Amino acid sequence: MGNTTTLSDNPRVSNPANTNGSKSGLPPATSPKSDLMGLQSLRPDDHFHSYPEYFVERRHEECIRCLVCVRQCPYDCTYYDPDRDVVYNVHQNCVNCKRCVAMCPTHCIRIERFDSGFRDNGHWGTHLVRGLRKQADTGGVLLTGLGNDLPYPSYFDRIVLDASQVTNPSIDPLREPMELRTYLGRKPESYRPGSPGEVFPNILCEIPVLFAPMSFGAISYNFQHGLALAAQEMGTYFNTGEGGLHPDFRKFRDSVIVQVASGRFGVDPDYLLSSAACEIKIGQGAKPGIGGHLPGEKVNAEISRTRMIPVGTDALSPAPQHDIYSIEDLRLLIYAIKEATEYTRPVSVKIAAVHNTAAIVSGIVRAGADIVVIDGFRGGTGAAPMIIRDHVGIPVEVALAQADQRLREEGIRHQASIIAAGGIRNSADVVKAIALGADAVYIATSAMIAVGCTLCQQCHRGLCAWGITTNRPDLLPRLPADQAAGRLTGLLRGWQHEIQEMLGLMGLNSIESLRGNRLKLRGVGLTQLELQTLGIRQAGL
Amino acid sequence: MEEVISAKDLYYRELNARIRQKARAGVEHIRLTDVQGHRYIACGLQFKNLQLRVSGVPGEDLGAFMDGPTVVVENNAQNGVGNTMNDGRILVHGMAGDVVGYGMRGGRIYIRDGAGYRVGIHMKGFKEKQPMLVIGGRAGKFFGEYMAGGYLILLGATGGSTGPVVGDYCATGMHGGTIFIRGKVEEYKLGKEVKAFPLTPEDESFLRPILVDFLESFALDVNIFDFDSYQKIVPVSTRPYGKLYAY
Repeated sequence: MGNTTTLSDNPRVSNPANTNGSKSGLPPATSPKSDLMGLQSLRPDDHFHSYPEYFVERRHEECIRCLVCVRQCPYDCTYYDPDRDVVYNVHQNCVNCKRCVAMCPTHCIRIERFDSGFRDNGHWGTHLVRGLRKQADTGGVLLTGLGNDLPYPSYFDRIVLDASQVTNPSIDPLREPMELRTYLGRKPESYRPGSPGEVFPNILCEIPVLFAPMSFGAISYNFQHGLALAAQEMGTYFNTGEGGLHPDFRKFRDSVIVQVASGRFGVDPDYLLSSAACEIKIGQGAKPGIGGHLPGEKVNAEISRTRMIPVGTDALSPAPQHDIYSIEDLRLLIYAIKEATEYTRPVSVKIAAVHNTAAIVSGIVRAGADIVVIDGFRGGTGAAPMIIRDHVGIPVEVALAQADQRLREEGIRHQASIIAAGGIRNSADVVKAIALGADAVYIATSAMIAVGCTLCQQCHRGLCAWGITTNRPDLLPRLPADQAAGRLTGLLRGWQHEIQEMLGLMGLNSIESLRGNRLKLRGVGLTQLELQTLGIRQAGL
Repeated sequence: MEEVISAKDLYYRELNARIRQKARAGVEHIRLTDVQGHRYIACGLQFKNLQLRVSGVPGEDLGAFMDGPTVVVENNAQNGVGNTMNDGRILVHGMAGDVVGYGMRGGRIYIRDGAGYRVGIHMKGFKEKQPMLVIGGRAGKFFGEYMAGGYLILLGATGGSTGPVVGDYCATGMHGGTIFIRGKVEEYKLGKEVKAFPLTPEDESFLRPILVDFLESFALDVNIFDFDSYQKIVPVSTRPYGKLYAY
């Protein structure tokens, strides 16, 4: 750990492992003259910081010294030298969040990839080399945020939609009714007018898009507030994640799905009852098989209160729920929640998409879950080991198709709704997921991008320059809740119109007619086996 | 006035619905008879003055999410007693199974005899709201794992049992709260995040009324005031895994 000590001794380079709430983001009081443009070499064996990942280029003649970039940078990357009257950068600290680029009134800042030192190599990619050096420096597990960013093939991008021509007229959604309403939950075995039999609790979504679990702690108070307002406005739901429900947000009880995970943070009867539905978190697409871990940097007084753990401690939510080692154990918890809520709410179970998803989903449905969430390997996270985020799990498209198929074959598809999650990027992904068998989808990364996220993957550090994944008091106001709500509502409205258009062009007037309707899909550039796995036909056939 | 509900031939869902119905009608003392593994008794109940006596052996998740009532079990209990319990009291006149007090947030649980594996894991605590779990006998592996708050007290005095008071992996990943164990806990059994200390006079005066209450609750007559045999286990780091990651 010798290098770490040396780094933190250097006032010019922030050692993120040591960051805490006291960081001001202000420039150092003095700036050594020997440092030209922050390009000093720190020490010969400091392999990580010797090679900056990004280079902040500033056209000094256009810079008006307003210092907004200095004030806005939470990564200690930008500072002002009053002697020279020049703004400089410590390039090593830049994460390319583009906050300064966006805020600069004269647009004089540009951030470029700084690959100097690394020759092009098809096998040893720059991210690999950087990871190796960082590990050699710290001896740690590489931590990251957001979702798997490696160029694995996307099945969504190899599936195209059908359209009506001549024989099956399309429908104009601007003039004709178009139904997006979706009910999530268990449906009755059969229906006879006059004797409906046992009716199970369902939640009504006006649009088959819900906000995915993101915990208060992982995301900011304001962002969660924005999600709540947008969900309420659009007739859909946000999900607390496993961090509990802040007392201020209990008023959104009709628009929230509350989560119960292994850490049981913030779970009491009031919490379970302040909800439209309850969800048991077994796994997460970004880190299947491992647990949640909210770094201590992000556990402030408010988070401590909501989660009932000490301030500054790591919020550990280990992989297994230690009372769940089997489908029968899962049934115990599902029914404990149903008992506690007197069978008034659907209970959802969320798992990561893995190799035996279809069989696992069948077990979950038989255990009594009313909703099953399948979270694919593109799903995001507030903090996960990079090696797991990038290499574990499978695409949601195949897991979803197989699970839907399996439940149909077993005659239990009506017993639970399916929510697909993990990397849903636009309304076409929504439509394709529903045609592959989902009832609805969860979105999180899309929602974050809608409110300003630039995908810099620093969520785990609690320093988000855009105020999305931080609760630091100076950063929090950067994303006001009403602004977030407005943008999220805008996103959903846009998708709503697009989904209606896509239904219309397929000659459908209801989202129900699309669910599991794989005849509306065709594969492009997929092998026979892939087509078979997805249950779709080759384009042209 | 105590009302009686016979659990005979009732499915747990019906039994629990009847308990809720009576509690809503203002009944404060209910006796359940013929309980034979009925699950979820008192699950999620929020009636502060409700007192429930259970004759027979209750099933899993007794008092799960419970928020106020007092439950007295006249016999042994199964797994999941007080799972994520928020407030109230549970007294078990016998032994309990695995995962007692999982994620417990408040209230008290007294188990007269021993308990199984994974007892008191993920217990929470915030300011004055500190859950407490007292076990008269021994406990198995993973005692107090991932503990974040509250008090876990293991006395190793009842149940007629011999052998080690606690199993391996005791207090692994513990980052808050306090464990008191009467008896020897070998160093190798403890998580590396915690340390065992002898009791201070403050600890003794904290424990004394709790122990008296425990003994009185079960009309027990054993000497558990030998504070020299106790160890106090507390975390030495609030971030046991803080150094595991490269940011």
